[in-house]
Amino acid sequence: MTATANVDLDQAWRLDRQVALRSEPFGALAYHFGTRRLSFLKSRVLLDVVKTLEQHSSAREACRAAGVGTDELPRYERALGSLAEAGMIRPKDER
Amino acid sequence: MTMIAGAVGRLVDHFESGLDAPICLTWELTYACNLACVHCLSSSGRRDPRELTTSECKALIDELQRLQVFYVNIGGGEPTVRGDFWELVEYATAHQVGVKFSTNGSRITDEVAARLAASDYVDVQVSIDGATAEINDAVRGRGSYATALRAMERLAAAGFVGFKLSVVITRQNAGQLDEFKALADRYRAQLRLTRLRPSGRGADVWDQLHPTAAQQRQVYDWLVAHGEEVLTGDSFFHLSAFGQPLPGLNLCGAGRVVCLIDPVGDVYACPFAIHDEFLAGNVRAPGGFARVWRDSELFLELRRPQSGGACASCGLFDKCRGGCMAAKFFTGLPVDGPDPECVLGHGERLLAARGDVPAPKPSIDMSRRTPRRTRAKVVSVAEVGPLPARPCDESPVAGVSIG
Repeated sequence: MTATANVDLDQAWRLDRQVALRSEPFGALAYHFGTRRLSFLKSRVLLDVVKTLEQHSSAREACRAAGVGTDELPRYERALGSLAEAGMIRPKDER
Repeated sequence: MTMIAGAVGRLVDHFESGLDAPICLTWELTYACNLACVHCLSSSGRRDPRELTTSECKALIDELQRLQVFYVNIGGGEPTVRGDFWELVEYATAHQVGVKFSTNGSRITDEVAARLAASDYVDVQVSIDGATAEINDAVRGRGSYATALRAMERLAAAGFVGFKLSVVITRQNAGQLDEFKALADRYRAQLRLTRLRPSGRGADVWDQLHPTAAQQRQVYDWLVAHGEEVLTGDSFFHLSAFGQPLPGLNLCGAGRVVCLIDPVGDVYACPFAIHDEFLAGNVRAPGGFARVWRDSELFLELRRPQSGGACASCGLFDKCRGGCMAAKFFTGLPVDGPDPECVLGHGERLLAARGDVPAPKPSIDMSRRTPRRTRAKVVSVAEVGPLPARPCDESPVAGVSIG
């Protein structure tokens, strides 16, 4: 998987219902029970963003609340993009 | 477990120093088996009377749930011969522990196939070691090819898409990789290729069955060409020394990200290392599995930085990491030296120089004492014809496919 897809940061996102997160010293493991895919979240901050996505009106807002600076935002946009591509996160308004 | 490119970088250091719980855990539920494959890595056949009881198994599943082990690979033996097999699968999936189980297919009825197809949390892996009955049955026993194919037909007919067709690559089937792929495609299954290990009864036949140096190269090229569409359980990382790394972590995960629980609850460093040397503890002891995983001396030792031994000065060490610990151990090679299938031939040279010193035998052998009628014969090699980016460290996320 390459981080090619970008997410719309102004859209609201949530974790897929079939995904479980496990904290690890480097960040977290995310496992999708449907696709049996494992993703590595390589920072605790990204874990915070993903965990709290659903509580925010946009991904940008979730990043800001987790303390992601403006200069770091493009990296997080790419990371969320690859999580979306892997089906780990979905737009909140998607059925 | 197969990991896709993009996972490495700094993560490797974390994996080498161990995780709070395994990513992937193999659980051999029983040593009982209705086949007698010549290369069985757990020397299965007869049931061990000390097997974990149903309630002990459920307590272990509860513990795995607490540790957030996302899924277990259940094997054996033939796990479906346990009377409580389906009860345990149901219990695990109801407790957020996904199950992938390996089977020879003998118990996959239409009804079972339908039930499996309906579950998101259960995956099935049907074993075949030849794309033709002749090559498969020589290793797995007469009739085993037809049995496995019937199981795959039933799974496909029930609408189970993406179950696994699992193949151990041998000298006899290494030329059939395209045929295996076609077979998997025909049943809408995913092909999983793994390495033959000299573990269990595999030690007795390894010299005759393990792929030749030329075949290793062909296997590597084939795996590179097929990328992530084929799963490998990260088993061919020793071949990454040929060139670009294969998809996966390319490290030995023993005691760091994987381990094995055997039918009596003994915890070993990996599924291919059933020997006292790699025994970390037992889940029945106080503290259970979690204490073994976190505190066993063996696992702590495996998580310390490894020197690389005789391989440390090799320019390819970064790629192959010295290969498979179990493959070295059971062929009688030093575990800090080259893999017996080292792509530079260092292992082969050491094996040739090893002489008649006996290699270590597995600590457990549940093989049936009297061979059954179905018992496979050791393959006659003469019958077999000729054989036909660096990961991105920038991204804060990386993904893998489990296999």
